[in-house]
Amino acid sequence: MPSPILEVRDLCVDYVTNSGDVRAVDHVDLTVEAGEFLAIVGESGCGKSTLLFAIAQLLSPPAEISGGSVIFKGNDMVQLSPSELRHMRWRDYSVVMQSAMNALNPMKSIEAQFKDAMAAHGNMSAEAMRNRSAEVLKLVGVDAVHLRSYPHQLSGGMRQRAMIAMALLFTPDLVIMDEPTSALDVVAQRSLMIQIKELQDRLGFAVIFVTHDMSLVSHYSARLAVMYGGQIAEAARTASLFEKPLHPYSVGLLDAFPSIHGPRRVLTGIPGSPPDLARPPAGCRFQPRCPQAMPECAVRQPGLYSVGDSMVRCLLYEAAQPGRPE
Amino acid sequence: MTAETRSLIDPQATATAADAAEPLLRTVDLTRHFHLGGILSKQTLHAVDDVSVSIAEREIVALVGESGSGKSTVARLLAMAYKPTRGEIYYRGRSVHSFHSRKDLLWYRGQVPMVFQDPYSSINPVFRVSHGVMRNLQLHRPNLGAAQRREEAARVFDVVGLTPSTDMLRKFPYEMSGGQRQRVGFAQALAVQPRLILADEPVSMLDVSIRAGILNLMVDLRERESVSILYITHDIASARYVADRIIVMYAGHVVETGPADVVLARSKHPYTQLLLSAVPDPREPISVSASPTIGEPPRVVNPTEGCRFRWRCPVAVEECSRVTPRLRTLGPAHSAACHVATADPA
Amino acid sequence: MASPQVFLPGAETQAADQGYRDAVGRLSRAVLRNRKATIGLLLLAIIVLVAAFPGLIAPGDPQAAIYEQQLGPSWSHLLGTTQVGQDVFTQLIWGTRLTLIITVSVGALCTLISVLVGVTAAYVGGVVDGSLSLLTDIFLIIPTLPLLIVLSTYLEGSGTVAIIAVLVVTGWAFGARQLRAQGLSLRTRDFLEAARVRGERRPYIILVEILPNMLSLVVASFLGSAVYTVATAAGLQFLGLGSSNEITWGTMLHFAQQNGAIESGNAFWALAPGAAVALLGTAFALLNYAFDEIANPALRSVRRQRAKSDS
Repeated sequence: MPSPILEVRDLCVDYVTNSGDVRAVDHVDLTVEAGEFLAIVGESGCGKSTLLFAIAQLLSPPAEISGGSVIFKGNDMVQLSPSELRHMRWRDYSVVMQSAMNALNPMKSIEAQFKDAMAAHGNMSAEAMRNRSAEVLKLVGVDAVHLRSYPHQLSGGMRQRAMIAMALLFTPDLVIMDEPTSALDVVAQRSLMIQIKELQDRLGFAVIFVTHDMSLVSHYSARLAVMYGGQIAEAARTASLFEKPLHPYSVGLLDAFPSIHGPRRVLTGIPGSPPDLARPPAGCRFQPRCPQAMPECAVRQPGLYSVGDSMVRCLLYEAAQPGRPE
Repeated sequence: MTAETRSLIDPQATATAADAAEPLLRTVDLTRHFHLGGILSKQTLHAVDDVSVSIAEREIVALVGESGSGKSTVARLLAMAYKPTRGEIYYRGRSVHSFHSRKDLLWYRGQVPMVFQDPYSSINPVFRVSHGVMRNLQLHRPNLGAAQRREEAARVFDVVGLTPSTDMLRKFPYEMSGGQRQRVGFAQALAVQPRLILADEPVSMLDVSIRAGILNLMVDLRERESVSILYITHDIASARYVADRIIVMYAGHVVETGPADVVLARSKHPYTQLLLSAVPDPREPISVSASPTIGEPPRVVNPTEGCRFRWRCPVAVEECSRVTPRLRTLGPAHSAACHVATADPA
Repeated sequence: MASPQVFLPGAETQAADQGYRDAVGRLSRAVLRNRKATIGLLLLAIIVLVAAFPGLIAPGDPQAAIYEQQLGPSWSHLLGTTQVGQDVFTQLIWGTRLTLIITVSVGALCTLISVLVGVTAAYVGGVVDGSLSLLTDIFLIIPTLPLLIVLSTYLEGSGTVAIIAVLVVTGWAFGARQLRAQGLSLRTRDFLEAARVRGERRPYIILVEILPNMLSLVVASFLGSAVYTVATAAGLQFLGLGSSNEITWGTMLHFAQQNGAIESGNAFWALAPGAAVALLGTAFALLNYAFDEIANPALRSVRRQRAKSDS
């Protein structure tokens, strides 16, 4: 088995404020194999974006990594110096942001921005840069004539594709994506997802895909991690999770999607709100909203227990195996 | 001008199936254009063109479309936030444009209130959440005294599930979650004793686990308060969940309309079919013939005749570029605007 | 790249979303915690006290020309005497009141006009916006001095009123521009559309729905006008365009310069009012900065607190 390309161990991220520290990411473990598509799913406030930024070493004050390690291709990124990081950025891993309009410079043409990225992280001749720009655009299904265009001249879907093209300039081994499809319509979303999957098959890079929409990644990701309240609630192979979700939160989440096929069932959703991480509950973080809560869930924090191929943070599964303590 | 010659509408496409009487709300050739650019520019954005729809009492109608389809503009036209470029809106038989006096306008606004999409910007942050409800009561039900207004405010908060209502009324918006704020929006609408609520994408900005609560609330309101709802959304799955009828819009035109289950199970228009195929359903295996679709919804500026979907349509024929298709009845209460679509077998 | 927006889970706070009562409480706590605000407030408080009770500090008539002329500073005349024998220190203390009155009146009037013009232009839009914006731009361009010459010729004999008038006329336009810009950005907020759709009348929407949301900019506008006024009023009075009967720091500067205070050995006659003007300006400027920081947390200097050395 190839060794994982990314190993996140016991990662903690705190927001340091005058009124105390808020732990947005709490002892998270993650592994990504080379060429694998891992989806991180969660709703607002679960910490998934913070986790993503932490992995990409893009946190800025008041957020900071307060513990754990992020080992990428053998190097602990938390310990690297800024210049070493800069060397790795874009060549070994790259980032696609949520909204292209926020990440792309509205004053520069696509070509100019690609050039900037290449110049910042590599040493290529002008002609090589031009060729590469055209090449990556073609890869994502955008006509090279749009190199001259400005972001506002492109449609939403094309802008997102340009962002992905930019991320692929140096064919990195890992591409981190933060909800790249959320600004798009459902048809464009599907189109983009298929494109990403094709590129992944062709170029062999690993993907970490953060989203709030579980169904979006259901057909594309190999493994899925569900986050709640700054912790991983469940991590499993995608097929297993959809077939038989273990954590009550995953069950609730899956049930909350109305279906266009089959009979109409009453949706219940998950009433209530995510926990206030400035004052996290004593026991399980999902307990206040959990339909299967037991009395001890309010006082004891569950560890991450393995059930077959999956990991679940729920006391319901503690007995199933000798639990790995937090 | 595109639609001047089209003055007749197929009546079956607009009236509800078994209802010969005047529906609650009916639009006829509703059109809204926006002029783009400066004084010298001749560019006109056709946001909504010749939309003729109707909504009956105690009915939830979903208006489904992607961005640029015109669905939000239709909502704003119905809320009288914009004036139509052309066309009529009939509310309980009266033309809305005959309302000139403040009294008439206020009456209409009290019958057809709107719930907005963004729970974080649709409530004024400097006031307590009771503010909007109280203003609605003061404006639209002036016969109520102060004590009665307070009672009514508590009642509507109870109906939408914001309990205990006396505590909830005193909160500030920042103390409430997104889902709770949307319920405040519905409470404000209910306070005026409406007949039709225009709900503009009320759940799009909410977390998935919270949406069900609001969707269920809408169905509940139809039962308990006997109110109709126009549910505007881009999510056809949630439309199926709450709506009795679905209207699909594309690039400013209505392309298909019919009972919710029928439109989903036996869709006639190629765009509806595209939309349905694009919805990711984790419980269904992926359709293997997944090809990246061509293009995106157009921005309709100075359009020519012809179907606006033709560039993306897998079954377009020559007629599609010449003649703009009109809604044709193809099944019981089921119509589509497509030259190629065929009627249900008799 | 910035770190993700800090939606501290469960708290869901957006920077400016506060109700009034909470805002006042929070504001006072924030002011006490902010160093600039505390210093500025302290300075201002001292100056206001001096203006309110000048007799307690410097009993005597500032206009009384009863002392020996042109004395240097001494224990009986802390800042010396003027060319005609008035006590400079007494003048400085008593001059505070009028200086402050001019500053606050101009600040308030400028703010009032800029709010009316800016918010109306933003909300009503169309032709009204076009004409109001044109008006604003015209007043932005008009240079102060020539306008003052015209006005003082017209308002002959009413020095202070002339100064206030000129400063208001030349000062309102800047704030109007800012308020219009903020008004435009607020205009798209759904709660305003919600108000329209429920049938509210326009003046109601402007006064009740929009204005409270612009409070922080309105206060900032006032503070900015105050800073502008302190320096400019003093400057105009220095040039002799104030009233020669009333005492302000600016008129003191004028007379000091006219009578060659610095050359004839009583530099304090010129320096003291100058320093006072600087202090008042600083007080308002500090408050302005502090207010910006309080209203917009992104501007605060990041104070890193490492509570423990663990993890």
